Amino acid sequence: MMEKVYSRPSGIFEGAVTGFCPGCLHSSVSKIVCEALDELNMVDNACYIQGVGCGGLVVTYFDIDTVSAPHGRACAVASSFKRCSPETLVFTYQGDGDLAAIGLAETMSAANRGENFTVIFVNNGIYGMTGGQLAPTTLLGTKTTTTPYGRDIREHGAPLHMCEILNQLEAPAYIARVTCADVPNVRKAKEAVKKAFRCQIEGKGFSFVEFVSNCPTNWGMSPAESLDYIHNTVLKEFPLGEFRAK
Amino acid sequence: MAKGRVEIYTEACKSCRYCIITCPKKVLGTTEAVNSKGYQYAVPLHPEDCIGCAMCAQICPDAAITVYREAK
Ligand SMILES: Cc1ncc(C[n+]2csc(CCOP(=O)(O)OP(=O)(O)O)c2C)c(N)n1
Ligand code: SF4
Ligand SMILES: [Mg+2]
Repeated sequence: MMEKVYSRPSGIFEGAVTGFCPGCLHSSVSKIVCEALDELNMVDNACYIQGVGCGGLVVTYFDIDTVSAPHGRACAVASSFKRCSPETLVFTYQGDGDLAAIGLAETMSAANRGENFTVIFVNNGIYGMTGGQLAPTTLLGTKTTTTPYGRDIREHGAPLHMCEILNQLEAPAYIARVTCADVPNVRKAKEAVKKAFRCQIEGKGFSFVEFVSNCPTNWGMSPAESLDYIHNTVLKEFPLGEFRAK
Repeated sequence: MAKGRVEIYTEACKSCRYCIITCPKKVLGTTEAVNSKGYQYAVPLHPEDCIGCAMCAQICPDAAITVYREAK
């Protein structure tokens, strides 16, 4: 007798297909978030706040309540939502342009207040949706449509490390950086998301999970090449790990 | 007899090939067959070698793979 050992989690619309490009790890992140919610039995008690960017494509995939925020403002919207509805599991789903550029003030302020919600942060080192412009997290030397000669530290600054920056604050309860670029890390990533959600359920305050992700389309790579690039290059700049777990 | 079995939801497959490079038993591959979007979806080319480890399903971004394993 064969038994089912793996299937789609609940929290995904019946038969839905993500709108992300082939090999985009945004798809993996959204799947893992549903698995974590499903395993915690929280799918029907969750609400996510959409950032602006490719992440917004989850709206046709997540069968979960949602509010869409203006570009960068997801942490502000999530703060107020959670304060008004403390029994709901609230998380934001944001890209690096959304969270670390236009939304940096909202992110830092919500974290500093220790707001009791979870941030799912998808760091692909680029503005994917708008066609590959420089993001705060773009690696030095990388050519983007707005840095045709490569990111230069004197002209564009160095990459922002959001986990390390947030780890300077007093309030956050959980901060981790993970990736979905291989199977062992996919498993660890799901555990990190579950820990972050548990932090929130236990009322410990702000929790933050950064995914080192890819954008094969705007990186100009095949999906397999983009995973190799994460392993060989991106993870040297953005090391994985749990920075804080209260 | 195979210890495991995979079922592919071919409409969700985008031919990223992550499952193909991840499967430790090299069960999966592609053929000429394409889905409605034109993607050459993954198919179990060597189903008899499947051990039901579910690594293909865990790496699949698009949640397109269901895995069955022989009960112990
Ligand atoms: C106020 C405002 N400014 C600019 C834009 C254009 N815009 C849409 S998405 C985006 C950046 C998205 O990048 P990121 O958050 O990294 O998401 P990704 O697509 O890479 O996942 C920008 C600048 C906008 N929608 N609203
Ligand atoms: S443009 Fe980049 S980030 Fe957006 S869906 Fe495609 S691969 Fe993913
Ligand atoms: Mg981005």
